[in-house]
Amino acid sequence: MIWNPERETMPRGELEALQIELLRQQLANVYERVPFYRQVLRSRGLRPENVRSLDDLRILPFTRKSDFRDNYPFGLLAVERRQLARIHASSGTTGKPTVVAYSRKDLETWREVCARNLAAGGVTADDTIQIAMGYGLFTGALGWHYGAETLGANVLPVSSGNTRRQIMLMQDLEPTVFCCTPSYAIYVAEQAEEMGVDLHATKLRVGIHGAEPWSEEMRREIQARLGVDPIDTYGLSEIMGPGVSGECTEHCGLHINEDHFLVEIVDPQTAEPLPYGQRGELVITTLTKEALPVIRYRTGDITRLDPTPCACGRALGRMERVSGRTDDMLIVRGVNVFPSQIESVLLQVEGVQPHYLILVDRERGAMDDLEIWVEVSEDIFTDDVGRLQKLQRAAEFEINELLGIGARVKLVEPGRIERSTGKAKRVIDRRDVYGGS
Amino acid sequence: MRVTQVSVFLENRPGRLLYLLNILAEANVNLVAHNIVDASDFGIVHMLVDNPQRAVEAVRGAGLTCSTITVLAVEVPNEPGAFVERVLKPLAGAGINIEYSYAYSGHNDARIVLKVDDLDGGERSLAAGTA
Repeated sequence: MIWNPERETMPRGELEALQIELLRQQLANVYERVPFYRQVLRSRGLRPENVRSLDDLRILPFTRKSDFRDNYPFGLLAVERRQLARIHASSGTTGKPTVVAYSRKDLETWREVCARNLAAGGVTADDTIQIAMGYGLFTGALGWHYGAETLGANVLPVSSGNTRRQIMLMQDLEPTVFCCTPSYAIYVAEQAEEMGVDLHATKLRVGIHGAEPWSEEMRREIQARLGVDPIDTYGLSEIMGPGVSGECTEHCGLHINEDHFLVEIVDPQTAEPLPYGQRGELVITTLTKEALPVIRYRTGDITRLDPTPCACGRALGRMERVSGRTDDMLIVRGVNVFPSQIESVLLQVEGVQPHYLILVDRERGAMDDLEIWVEVSEDIFTDDVGRLQKLQRAAEFEINELLGIGARVKLVEPGRIERSTGKAKRVIDRRDVYGGS
Repeated sequence: MRVTQVSVFLENRPGRLLYLLNILAEANVNLVAHNIVDASDFGIVHMLVDNPQRAVEAVRGAGLTCSTITVLAVEVPNEPGAFVERVLKPLAGAGINIEYSYAYSGHNDARIVLKVDDLDGGERSLAAGTA
């Protein structure tokens, strides 16, 4: 069932006419209300009027994660603080989080796009959806929550954790949709097996998954072990949260809500726009955001676009499942982790910048495991074992505080971490999250 | 009474102690006493050696992390009650805390190594105690 047929089946020509109209309005808006964008446009001798067609998008400057950091917390707002209805935050590249904000109208838009994605995935008003994402400042849980309510579905806001109880509720309260990260779905399957519970005997039909990359193999496993149709969704808080794009039941790409999000693919190195079908970095411009509009945001996600209509009837273009990152960002248990964050914690705790290595692994059916090796140089070393242990525990504590997930810190001898002549290799990711295509 | 202790950081896995002691042997350094404090993933090897300077150079040269601190080394008779009367009572009486300690005994006497929280005070108390 298509939630918003008028928008979701709009012919390409009409859609593009709508997009350029919204883009021009958005540009005029940010030029007037956001000093950051006004300055950046002026410095290039640009004015909103210079953009007359969608092809002109390329003359506009990019927005990066660092711009959020540099303008922390409210420097990118296009409205006054008192007009805000919600604030969310996600990982920043260093100690400070990335703050995003929504007006009342933005929240309506968010609900709408999430409802569309859920409907595309086969969810209806008759469904009960168990949302097993962490409720709080992350956008995942609340995004899906309001999308589901808008759709008219019944919402079970279990949040994350407490897996045994979740499995019990699955059996007793009979949800039909399970919303969680792909790795958590596998973890639940493992726990259910240990408990002797057959998930196929529950009423679960659909899995709504996002917040981390996953492979086709993982999809097949989720399907086999939970008895659901696993639906891939995509979003990022800098743009909105969940609801940017989502698969339909045809499973041939994620339909992008193009009437709200204008997408391009660029070459990650040269920043040149690439034609449809070529893989590159996804760049998104918000067309209807009020509180925090974003122009040409470099997502860092690698994908490719297909603007042709889909067998499901939707004309909204599709993006392929994300196949990699342009930077060193990791997603661990659904949380964005930047090596630079680990670096800043270690500097803060140790007082010096040690050599470190981030190891990520995921044992079969378990959740992601994060271990940080820290070389003990003479700057850090002390004959007092208690002090060293304290340092180790302080680092673990601060990483947990910063990321919201736990990590083990292992103190190692100097020289244990391989040195490289080029850029330091700070991460060893033993998982195969993208499915190596 | 004051001696230099050399402490080395080692990962807690097979072969590391061998690696360290080999380095010392090759540098012609003689180990007098040692104590390993372990903390699951790693350990600290505290050592008294006959030539601390040469030991440190050799250890650092081999890429290991080490540090030196001053500790107390007291000689007491090798008999029951000596540790209590000559060392523990004087220190406790002066309110001095022992962070860690290790010892070795010979025929007639024993040597006790102590890291205390107050080096001067510790030295004074022990000198008075053994008088």
